[in-house]
Amino acid sequence: MSEKKFSKKHEWVSLEGDVATVGITKHATELLGDIVFAEVPDAGKSVEKESQAAVVESTKAASDVYSPISGEITEGNKAIVDDPSSINSDPEGASWFFKLKIKDKGEFESLMSKEEYDKFCKENPN
Amino acid sequence: MEVQKTALYNIHKNLGAKFVPFAGYEMPIQYKDGIVKEHISTRTYAGFFDVSHMGQFFLEGDETLTEALEKIIPADLKSLKINHSKYSFLLNNDGGIIDDLIVTKTEKGFCIILNAACKENDIKQISKFLGKNHKYLLNNDLSLIALQGPKSVEILEKLIIGVSNLKFMTGNNFDYDNENLYITRSGYTGEDGFEISISNKKVEKLINFLISNEVKPVGLGARDTLRLEAGLCLYGHDLNEKINPIEANLKWAIAKKRKDVGGFNGWDKIKNLLDNGSEKIRVGIKPEGKVIAREKTKIFSNDNNEIGLVTSGTFGPSVNAPVAMGYVKSNFAKVGTPIKLEVRGKKYVGKISELPFYKKNYVK
Repeated sequence: MSEKKFSKKHEWVSLEGDVATVGITKHATELLGDIVFAEVPDAGKSVEKESQAAVVESTKAASDVYSPISGEITEGNKAIVDDPSSINSDPEGASWFFKLKIKDKGEFESLMSKEEYDKFCKENPN
Repeated sequence: MEVQKTALYNIHKNLGAKFVPFAGYEMPIQYKDGIVKEHISTRTYAGFFDVSHMGQFFLEGDETLTEALEKIIPADLKSLKINHSKYSFLLNNDGGIIDDLIVTKTEKGFCIILNAACKENDIKQISKFLGKNHKYLLNNDLSLIALQGPKSVEILEKLIIGVSNLKFMTGNNFDYDNENLYITRSGYTGEDGFEISISNKKVEKLINFLISNEVKPVGLGARDTLRLEAGLCLYGHDLNEKINPIEANLKWAIAKKRKDVGGFNGWDKIKNLLDNGSEKIRVGIKPEGKVIAREKTKIFSNDNNEIGLVTSGTFGPSVNAPVAMGYVKSNFAKVGTPIKLEVRGKKYVGKISELPFYKKNYVK
């Protein structure tokens, strides 16, 4: 099974080989509320660690989604663009945002574990 | 200034409200269900809104009071019948909108519902025109509850017999639990419904009745999506002191008699705009696809000239598409005109749309 790591900006990353899948956490969707728009990057685009890679909007506001890891985008999830509300229902499963071929596995290792992330959310509720 | 709370604050908390600061008040933006469900339940059943932060301003006086108010409000207050309401504005000397409001004729004078963020300044502006024989009071002992949605009438009639006889934009006094309530058939959602003025002491009891009838609480978030679908303006966003009613596409709200005769703040300017048209005008906007054009989004013509700015924009849950309002140069205001909307540096296609986006269900 692939390992899942978490960022302070409420993204999750799972890694299989050198391809990472990135999405936003359940906690993030709870803060955002009803999601009504998503924009995902096209394949071939290079992203740097912590740079803006996608957009998510709730009825209330627009938020950037950052890539917690550097690499080249291999796929954006068109399903969430067509049905943004699916991000609320399955944020850490089918409703991932993008996949990318990573450059540096060390960046992945430096992200938070599930326990660390849960603790982080408790200490930073908003 | 200390943050204020409405009488229902603890009820909101128990209902799982998320609070935001709004116009000096701690107000629920949404409850457990979230904005979309709150919006849909208002459109399909009924929802209640605590709008007690709004000003309930009562004025008493003889016909000189009517004359005084007509200097700052362009409604035909002289012809307004008792218990009838009008949507109108307070205007400055340039015809700019100081606030938008609902004014109701009462037996002793008038009741005006003012926007929370404006109420203090409004009273200052109104009182400039008042005489010694006019009494006025911003009544903070009263809560204001909006009950909105197609089932509102059926539910409220069970508690207060007679409310079903009210026509849209009229009101009356009713007895409830040994107290007098003032109820108008009105609202801000595009649905049939009521606004209930009730003492802070009794409001909790009313809310418990509504909850026991499956009426869901609705926060400011859904209030915004509902009013935007209904094409209604939000002061501070779609309206401000630099915008006059002609630009705001609200000339229907100026009484015909008053358009012709004037005698109110800014009439010269407004008369000129009525005759010659304004340079810019408020329109409805529909982006193509799913992209949301929020407040401050720049609007461009098809050939890429900047022609205006979005003043409100969100996703409309009942329209099931993004909706927006904004101001464009008047020659681009025709329904169907193709436009471009600049969102995050990219231009997206859209068009000028009819208002409202969602058809009203008022009982006339």
